[in-house]
Amino acid sequence: MRYSVSEWTKSGSPWVWLNAGAVAICVIMVVGLLGLIAMRGLAHFWPADVMQATYTQGDQSRRIMGELVQQEMVPAEQLRGAGIQVPDGVEEMRRDLLKVGNRDFSSADFVWAMDQGISDKTLPEMIMVAERLEWGNFYGYLREVRESGETVARHDGHAKSPEYLAVWDEFQRRIDRVLEIRDQILTIEKHEIGSINYELERLRLEERSLELEQSTDAEAYAEIEARRAELNADYEVLQQDLIDLYTKINRDSFTAEIADGREVEIDIAKVVRAFLPNKMGTGEKMAHYGVKLWEFLSDEPREANTEGGIFPAIFGTVMMVILMSVLVTPFGVIAAVYLREYATQGFITRLIRIAVNNLAGVPSIVYGVFGLGFFVYFLGGSIDDLFFPEAKPAPTFGTGGLMWASITLALLTVPVVIVATEEGLARIPRSVREGSLALGATKFETLMKVVLPMASPAMMTGVILAIARAAGEVAPLMLVGVVKLAPSLPLDGNYPFLHLDQKFMHLGFHIYDVGFQSPNVEAARPLVYATAFLLVVVIALLNFSAIAIRNHLREKYKALEM
Amino acid sequence: MSIEQTNTVPELDFNTPAQRRLRQARMLKDKLAASGIAIGGISVILAVVMIFFYLLYEVAPLFRSASIEPWGGQQEVSYAVPGQGRTLYLAVEEQAEIGFRATDSGNMVFFDSTSGRILKEEQLPLPAGVDISSFALLSEASQTFALGLSDGSVKVIKHNYKATYPNGKRVLNPELVYPLGEAALPLANGPIEHLTLNQDSDAWSLIALSQGQLTELTLSMNENFLTGEVEIEQSSRTLPTIGVKPTKLLMSPDQRWLMASLPQGKVAVMALGNDPEVTQLVEVSKAEITSFELLLGGSSLIIGDAKGQLSQWFFVRDETNQFQLTHIRSFEHGDSPVSNLTTEQRRKGIITLDADGTLNLYSSTANRNALSEPLFESAADAIALAPRADALLVQHGDRLSFWHVDNEHPEISWSAYWEKVWYEGYAEPEYTWQSSASNNDFEPKYSLMPLAFGTLKAAFYAMLLATPLAICGAIYTAYFMVPAMRRKVKPFIELMEALPTVILGFLAGLWLAPFMEANLAGIFVCLLVIPIAIVLFGFTWNNMPNKIRFLLPDGWDAALLIPVVIIATWIGLALAGPVEHALFGGHMPTWLSNEVGIPYDQRNAMVVGIAMGFAVIPTIFSITEDAIFAVPKHLSYGSLALGATAWQTLTRVVLPTASPGIFSALMIGMGRAVGETMIVLMATGNTPIMDINIFEGMRTLAANIAVEMPESEVGSTHYRTLFLAAFVLFLFTFVVNTLAEAIRQHLRKKYGSL
Repeated sequence: MRYSVSEWTKSGSPWVWLNAGAVAICVIMVVGLLGLIAMRGLAHFWPADVMQATYTQGDQSRRIMGELVQQEMVPAEQLRGAGIQVPDGVEEMRRDLLKVGNRDFSSADFVWAMDQGISDKTLPEMIMVAERLEWGNFYGYLREVRESGETVARHDGHAKSPEYLAVWDEFQRRIDRVLEIRDQILTIEKHEIGSINYELERLRLEERSLELEQSTDAEAYAEIEARRAELNADYEVLQQDLIDLYTKINRDSFTAEIADGREVEIDIAKVVRAFLPNKMGTGEKMAHYGVKLWEFLSDEPREANTEGGIFPAIFGTVMMVILMSVLVTPFGVIAAVYLREYATQGFITRLIRIAVNNLAGVPSIVYGVFGLGFFVYFLGGSIDDLFFPEAKPAPTFGTGGLMWASITLALLTVPVVIVATEEGLARIPRSVREGSLALGATKFETLMKVVLPMASPAMMTGVILAIARAAGEVAPLMLVGVVKLAPSLPLDGNYPFLHLDQKFMHLGFHIYDVGFQSPNVEAARPLVYATAFLLVVVIALLNFSAIAIRNHLREKYKALEM
Repeated sequence: MSIEQTNTVPELDFNTPAQRRLRQARMLKDKLAASGIAIGGISVILAVVMIFFYLLYEVAPLFRSASIEPWGGQQEVSYAVPGQGRTLYLAVEEQAEIGFRATDSGNMVFFDSTSGRILKEEQLPLPAGVDISSFALLSEASQTFALGLSDGSVKVIKHNYKATYPNGKRVLNPELVYPLGEAALPLANGPIEHLTLNQDSDAWSLIALSQGQLTELTLSMNENFLTGEVEIEQSSRTLPTIGVKPTKLLMSPDQRWLMASLPQGKVAVMALGNDPEVTQLVEVSKAEITSFELLLGGSSLIIGDAKGQLSQWFFVRDETNQFQLTHIRSFEHGDSPVSNLTTEQRRKGIITLDADGTLNLYSSTANRNALSEPLFESAADAIALAPRADALLVQHGDRLSFWHVDNEHPEISWSAYWEKVWYEGYAEPEYTWQSSASNNDFEPKYSLMPLAFGTLKAAFYAMLLATPLAICGAIYTAYFMVPAMRRKVKPFIELMEALPTVILGFLAGLWLAPFMEANLAGIFVCLLVIPIAIVLFGFTWNNMPNKIRFLLPDGWDAALLIPVVIIATWIGLALAGPVEHALFGGHMPTWLSNEVGIPYDQRNAMVVGIAMGFAVIPTIFSITEDAIFAVPKHLSYGSLALGATAWQTLTRVVLPTASPGIFSALMIGMGRAVGETMIVLMATGNTPIMDINIFEGMRTLAANIAVEMPESEVGSTHYRTLFLAAFVLFLFTFVVNTLAEAIRQHLRKKYGSL
């Protein structure tokens, strides 16, 4: 069938097509967004090739080494404004963003270079990338491995050769040794000395509280003193161990040639890992990718959160969410049961139902303000006055922390659980309840043995949705206890094991903080994408499971519906 | 089973004691559970409702008016004035424990503020035949004053309090300090009639009027780095005369202006530059000036007159770029002459006592009369306000009375929040949010207007993107799309509602904002190209031979359009380059700010609009889709059967029926956009400006709370104002959502009958 334009317009078809277009745009936006996050987030762990080239700018040329991060077209006018010479007639020029690292030897670790000026691009196999504890990545040619300042192995060429690889292997062996020692140091510093410090602090508080009670029990004081002396003795021993380990770890160093031809010396103790990306095959790269991904998930952050892992943030998020679900599930369910099963159904119940429903739409920051004012300052302040006078003026619960954050989020998500559970209860046919009652069960027995089991998938849905919401919520947490870097996890080996008063790290806040408050945004960006991707995956999984449970529930009780 | 058989089991006794006990236990358990669940349920609901009341409880003190009562309760604290002579200066120290009085006989008395017991008394050593002829206060907060003597010399004195802790108890030791040395400084030749002084770090300036002549003495103190000795450099000059004999002199803290109150309600202003001259003679009042003081910070002049007028003045640049003393605002005040006036030391507050004994408390910024209380029968001789503005000392004849003032939040009023306010140092009244600054005499600017405006601006641009996309998408999904596809598309878009906004915010700030700056023209070109491409494709598709057209059944059009939209976007972005060169000189943002004069911020309202639009699309989409899908099918079948096209049926039958539902979807989406925090926090510059320009940023109420709440002092005006912002957000979203919910319920009922 052929349509003329006017006929086609008159039938309203253009509008239908435009509406279809809106759906298409929505879907593209959603897919594009997820794709963007996934691509950028996952690409971060792939070992990129390191390029070596000559960069000519005006009449000066120099050697550069680095990873190509980004390319963009820049209008000539803007470049001329920045004082870069652009030939007439050229309207746009390509500009490359290179990650050149070596922040301690050159001014910036990211540089923009005009693509035109870059020549002789090569990917030499022996260019080394060293990830370090400080100053970010290092790029260069390995020259020499030293032990206590004495040369152990040296090679001066740039090309791959057995001699060069021997030096490289020597270097790798020494890195492994350093990693092992660093592990020992970490165990002592974090766990052993950490728990001694924790004990000492508890003793101080105990003593202070004795003083506050104006106790004259000399025995108690003496006991504290004795335990303190014991801990201090332990501490001395560990301190000596640490000194030994530090001497051992600082033994080795290496030198390397950097882009401008200088040879610089770096302690191997500062190196996390070193690899030759251009030499790696796809298999090796994938293995490396796996290692990096695991590091990201299981390690602590380094360098102001721009490198390393995000384990404390994952752990903090999980802890907070678990505590929140423990709180929100019983209360949400009880409130829903009350509203649906026990309260007289009337105008007021309807009003309450609408109000509860709408509380889910109240901005989360309002809950944060409430949590800060009521929980942290009012309740927390009172708890401190009553139970922790010895710690004053330092607040214990009178400042944001894990417990207040969980309670605040529980309050924020309780409407979600109530609404979902109520929906589940409403779906259970009256006949089921009446059957149970007719058999002589009391109302409570009916509830526990018949109604609640049938409504349990709905409750699960509610709790999962609540968790998904809580895991992604950041604004209220910023007020009630999230920090950019928590010195220790809220769950550890020191009594009372779960530290409800401690501040914690959170994935969502991590994204905000690293992406926007970080001193080196360019370096932090890939990590932020990776974190965002992780968060999206977690929340999508939670939501999909909620949807699946809901659908399962609907199928299950379809037969009962009339 | 026969009847006999049932009768043969009478042994089954349900009334054994054990059974009865079990039944009782079950009943008890049931009752306990019922009350337990009721208590639990009600308390959860109460806890949630408590948010509302707690916010209200934190906000309420802002609007409580001030009160005054005798110090320490009901009994009036009154005692005989300690020391001798007429009071020149009365003051109370920080803790409101010690009062200080300086008299014209050179008697300096420190006394217990609640009993009048003299703690310390000093008599200034005045040479024989010399007496105190004038008095000047540096500023209330400095606790420093100068006495002009009849031999033409000046003494500068500071009353100071040192805290010591003998035996763990705090003891205040009052003392007199002479910042410019204990010896009197010679300033004029005759008796000093009027005196004023000011200090700008180490530079002091004193101006005295003696025998009709104005003399200025400037001193600069230099501490020698090596010896630690203080060297004082002096210079003095004669200033031009004012003509009329002034009644009081004041100097601005930057020592640029001398202001003299003259008889008949006039004020003369003298610029104290290299060649001083009288620049302005203003008639500030129709009556005699009775009070003439500088407000905290010294930039505002407070003038009270015999007719009871009270007004604030400060210097504002006029068209010719000259500073002119300008009338800023008048305060609501009775007709009784302003007889005593003093200013607060930490806030921009004023206290007046009138000739009829009425006490008034004002806040200058808020233009608010926080308290007006007839405290006495007649005018007082002197009043003093403690630095924390919580205690007031009043001298009435030979009695002193001591009062407790409760005035927590005077700087708040309706006009301070929602109207234009002329702040100190501003050229005109403005809406400004600026809650804190580094110095003490800062005037906090609590206008909620820019924040409310920013909130609505962000929500507006978000809705601008979200409304058409979400509603059109929902219409298609609910009405045209095949069920198989609908089952996939709907949960997919709804899933986006759960996407953490922090991710959207971070993408908007770190990816979209730079992308948009580089491709601004491309985005606008895409806005044109995409709809055109869609319509063109639709036309072509409908005109395809049936063989191709029937490959895909109706209702799958949206899937076809996905590649079309992607290609159109790509073409749009590719076209942008040439278009930008042809029309906008190569770079649209630069062109906008240089040629059109529209400033371009990288993180602007358009970025927020797109990111937040993205966040509200699923909300609007989901509810609209439900509303349209819920329209009974027989309505549209009827319309189609009568020969209407699908589009006609949709616009004339389905949409009108579903319109309340769509409206409520928009309202809920709006509620979400208004309260969204993280996106705005990350995707704008967070500057509280009032400009509708899409290429500039804003600060919203929610983002403002997130930024400022952690640093805010508990219980301060700023803290409570942030609570007010939260309360406003709460109320707004709650009301909007309830309204939307009511509409939806109404709609559901209506369809139920169809």
